Amino acid sequence: MNAILKAAGRAPIAPIAVELRGATKTYANGLHALAPIDLQVREGEFATLLGPSGCGKSTLLRLVAQLSAPTTGSVALWPGERGHGELGTMTQDEAARQRLAYVFQTPTLMPWASVERNVSLPLTLARYEPEQAATRVRAALELVGLAEFGMLYPRQLSGGMQMRVSIARALVTEPTLLLMDEPFAALDEITRARLDQEIRDLWARRALTVLYVTHSIYEAVFLSTRVLVMSARPGHILGEVVVDEPHPRTDAFRMSERFAALCQRLSTLLLQGSGEDARPVGRRR
Amino acid sequence: MKGIRLVYVAPALVGVLFLLMWELLVRAFDTPFYIVPSPVLVARTLVHDAPLLFGSLLVTLRITGLALLLAVVLGVTLAFLFVQSRAVEVSLFPYAILLQVTPIVAIAPLIIIWVKDALAALVICATIVAIFPIISSTTLGLRSVDADLAALFRLYGASRWETLTRLRIPSALPYFFTGLRVSGGLALIGAVVAEFVAGTGGTASGLAYQILQAGLQLNIPRLFAALLLITLAGVAIFTMVSALARLSLRHWHESEVALEQ
Repeated sequence: MNAILKAAGRAPIAPIAVELRGATKTYANGLHALAPIDLQVREGEFATLLGPSGCGKSTLLRLVAQLSAPTTGSVALWPGERGHGELGTMTQDEAARQRLAYVFQTPTLMPWASVERNVSLPLTLARYEPEQAATRVRAALELVGLAEFGMLYPRQLSGGMQMRVSIARALVTEPTLLLMDEPFAALDEITRARLDQEIRDLWARRALTVLYVTHSIYEAVFLSTRVLVMSARPGHILGEVVVDEPHPRTDAFRMSERFAALCQRLSTLLLQGSGEDARPVGRRR
Repeated sequence: MKGIRLVYVAPALVGVLFLLMWELLVRAFDTPFYIVPSPVLVARTLVHDAPLLFGSLLVTLRITGLALLLAVVLGVTLAFLFVQSRAVEVSLFPYAILLQVTPIVAIAPLIIIWVKDALAALVICATIVAIFPIISSTTLGLRSVDADLAALFRLYGASRWETLTRLRIPSALPYFFTGLRVSGGLALIGAVVAEFVAGTGGTASGLAYQILQAGLQLNIPRLFAALLLITLAGVAIFTMVSALARLSLRHWHESEVALEQ
């Protein structure tokens, strides 16, 4: 049903999927990773966090996944759906969590388990019936083009294929929100371009909301509907650029002048961020 | 295929050459058998004394096996305790090290005095020698869980038990086997040393007792034969543990995968 909205050019009033209000993160060792972050991601968006290494992009994503709690401020998933009189927001958090999936920088597969068992892990942990789980696993593997590789072990696959297994595992629960932390950073350029294309197709076909982290300007422009530029540590959002290129984005888009212009804008924004950071240091010397 | 054959043939060749040299030197210098017996004599003694020596071998193997079993059960249990609670680890680990660094010959007499049953006393001594590598490597293994995988388990709401059985234990297996390989050899050494300290341990006496007796009687060929049996037992234990490791890790762990290719 969301696909229809999408086809109609994305309803501007789609519900909020992710909301951060003044969220900061300071680690126990005193590392100030995130300055106050205000961020909203609406359903159906492909939002990308772009920034230099160590700027707190991953930290932000972990906050969204509720793998860690913000030091101050708040992080909410689907805040509009919060019940009014209901007690026990815990169950709501649980419910929200079941609708999201996380793809890490590395494939993060269990080396002792076959591809099939790796993909079915989220279902096993959610106590799905084996038959139902098997059907879903098969579908997820087909989706990433690995239908015939279920019996193999991760080490028998190439880096790109392992990443696809990781994506299949993320999709197997049919999440609506997909968090991806530089998933293709370690892959070669060609494999990466192909997987970028596949992720975009998945996003469109499955009516997903994606929050994507990368340090590649080109990847950000190619994938996103909106790019948020982050500064060096402590990370904060410097600005955003909307990429309103319609869906089937092809290689022609990569070669277009519009693409180059968008990259240029993002690059300028990024430089501003690092400039702010570098100046005081330079003066002190 | 050729490479694998070389792996077996080359050491075997070295062994045969070594024995040949030994035999020739003993004959050439006419060394008395009560100083250095020739390999042929040792082999003949082994056959001749087989009932006695193999009986003793069984005794030693029994002590070794029981000690290794006990070391695995206790060691793994302790490792689990250590990773469940930092407080437990901090308070107990120094004593595990104490156990490791105290020479067994120094504590064995005490244990033999305290524990009435001879077999039990020997098993306890051998366990003390064998347990440390299992504790330390299993603890390390249980801790060496990929941080992102652990996050994934949390994300999908895995219980403590599920995380333990599906993540921590498989992650720890390669480490456990590394410890087990060391402990297998140590259990045998512990058993032999304990037997030495115990001296005459009742009617059923192990290989160390035979070595002691043979030494006193200057029955050097028998001493060598007993020694050979201990060595072979050690190699057999190592081989069995390695086979077990390969069987459980061959699908996925680099250490065993490399061997298969």
